[in-house]
Amino acid sequence: MTQYILRRVLQSIPLLFIISFILFNFTNALGDPMAVFAETRNRPSARDREIIMKRLGLDRPLLEQYLIWLVGNDWMPPIEIPTDDGGVRYEQGRRRGVLRGDLGLSFVTRRPSWTRIEERLPWTLVLMIPSYVITVVLAIGIGIFSAVRQYSFWDNLITSLSFFFYSMPIFFIALLSIYIFAVQFRRWGLEPIKWGGTGDGSFGSLLQHMVLPVFCLVAIQLAGYVRFIRSSMLEVLNQDYIRTARAKGLGEPTVVRRHAFKNAALPLVTLIGLDLPFLLAGAVVTERIFAWPGMGRLFIESFERADAPVIMAILMVLSVAVVVFQLLTDIVYTWLDPRIRYS
Amino acid sequence: MTTQTDQLQGKPAERVLSLDPKQNVKGVSNFARSMRRLRKHRMAIFGAVLLLFIFLYVLIGSLLIPESASIFNDPRRALQPPSAEHPFGTDVIGRDLLARTIYGGQVSLFIGVTAMLVQILVGTAVGLLAGYLGGIVDFLLMRLAEAMLSIPQLFLALIALRIFSDPTRFPDFTFMGRRFSSTMIVIVFVIGLTSWMRVSRIVRSVVLSVREQEYVTAAHSIGASSWRIIFRHVLPNCAAPIIVSATLGVATAILLEAYLGFLGLGVRAPTPTWGNIMGEANSYLDSWFYWFFPAVFIMLTVMGINFLGDGLRDAFDPRSLK
Repeated sequence: MTQYILRRVLQSIPLLFIISFILFNFTNALGDPMAVFAETRNRPSARDREIIMKRLGLDRPLLEQYLIWLVGNDWMPPIEIPTDDGGVRYEQGRRRGVLRGDLGLSFVTRRPSWTRIEERLPWTLVLMIPSYVITVVLAIGIGIFSAVRQYSFWDNLITSLSFFFYSMPIFFIALLSIYIFAVQFRRWGLEPIKWGGTGDGSFGSLLQHMVLPVFCLVAIQLAGYVRFIRSSMLEVLNQDYIRTARAKGLGEPTVVRRHAFKNAALPLVTLIGLDLPFLLAGAVVTERIFAWPGMGRLFIESFERADAPVIMAILMVLSVAVVVFQLLTDIVYTWLDPRIRYS
Repeated sequence: MTTQTDQLQGKPAERVLSLDPKQNVKGVSNFARSMRRLRKHRMAIFGAVLLLFIFLYVLIGSLLIPESASIFNDPRRALQPPSAEHPFGTDVIGRDLLARTIYGGQVSLFIGVTAMLVQILVGTAVGLLAGYLGGIVDFLLMRLAEAMLSIPQLFLALIALRIFSDPTRFPDFTFMGRRFSSTMIVIVFVIGLTSWMRVSRIVRSVVLSVREQEYVTAAHSIGASSWRIIFRHVLPNCAAPIIVSATLGVATAILLEAYLGFLGLGVRAPTPTWGNIMGEANSYLDSWFYWFFPAVFIMLTVMGINFLGDGLRDAFDPRSLK
């Protein structure tokens, strides 16, 4: 097992290098990071521009920039920067590189990219974790309920509803729920549900602002999970050992819970393990609609300003999370299912 | 026994096989059998009918209402709720939303189908290459697929779109008397090239299992070329999973286009799509008709495709032999 884990870790290292190299090429082609300043009053002169490009290291070949991104430039010879009187000034590079835990400075705020992520990540998690937990718990309940009553009225209703919600773009349910619970509620003289932003800082206000986005996220995610659990339950319920369990006189609840669900939950573990890291990415569209200051918004903001270091940092944090969670899923899976042995 | 006597009498063996087709009950191909199962799949038929209606809507709609109606604007009649004159209301600069959902629908469906074609072509080619060549090619292609799968598709698409949709390089173009934004074509490739990974994995796994079959060895031994083996023996085995992912791929492409349009980063004006109408409508929450109708069309289309795709998956599933 240790050997297996070790091999997987070693395999994922080249993968992360491939990912980072491709992404670096793309994010640095996003556009001119100084285009933002061009719109403001103090647009940089050609000379200022040259100096800024030099200090940011943007005048170098892309491959060299990638190496600096990886291992930093604090060990390299100082950068030559032209001064106003026509001379040269030397400036020692201060970047330590990703491999030493430095994700670089944001082009826009000149603060570490990681700080930007640190500010936004909690907000995303506040939204995503509750909605994910509610989704999975509800999905297990509904999925099992539906599977043990296959082709009954309730099963057909649940299946049709899950198809309906599965096909619904999230902006539709978001706009619809805001329209009904906020706009129409006011017209009907009811207390409208507050939405937009995260509230005035108190816990109660935060909870109130979370209601609609969490509702939308659950509604959208639930459908897929219900379908998944229903089909894996159905598969297990047709197995011989279920018939055996029934034949030896076990009650139906025990059969469903102890024998069927335990086995049906195995593929669910994989699904959750593969989906969890993507929660970190936030929900771009939901965060946009509900003005939620999460990772999705950070990505769009950085994207619109061509802030390559921050985009790169977000994407790398995500990729590492995906790789780590894949490994964790595999390990948990062997632990849960003694039939599987990696060698 | 008939075969033996026939052969003894020197008759060609084919005669025995080509019996009267009416008696030849077993001679139904797998594909025909799957199609028969599909026709009995109620949800799939419902999905197909739904799609037919949407198709007819954008097609007949464009015959009844000229394209100019989707462009003509009159700020004096902005954001009017549905009326007899404008059944779906008007948008923020007074364009008729009925006409815009018709012409926007054409573009959305076009993007969905063509992006799916790009996705399937690239995915199949990569899967075949990786599975058939193996070795370092396989390693690199599959790592690339893994790398791209570890980033949310929306992020990938946004980045690719920004890089490749420079309006100065790709000006608007005119086709059949209508002006289109070239971002529409760019988006097809962006969506296609960010969603081929799953198809390539499916194709690769089929190739790997088919490659070991005796009939492939036999084909090799009688001197069949690699191309012949790929097209005659490997690809037909991939047909079922490819058809299923192609169908569902249209739905994901339409949804992705809608999300990009909603964020205001998708297809640019003057070309309407269901997605970018939603993007414009985002700030006019109170005018429900503005966002409601395009969203309903997106939802119905995606739902129809999902129903059909699910039916196809059941129909092609070898375990459901009926």
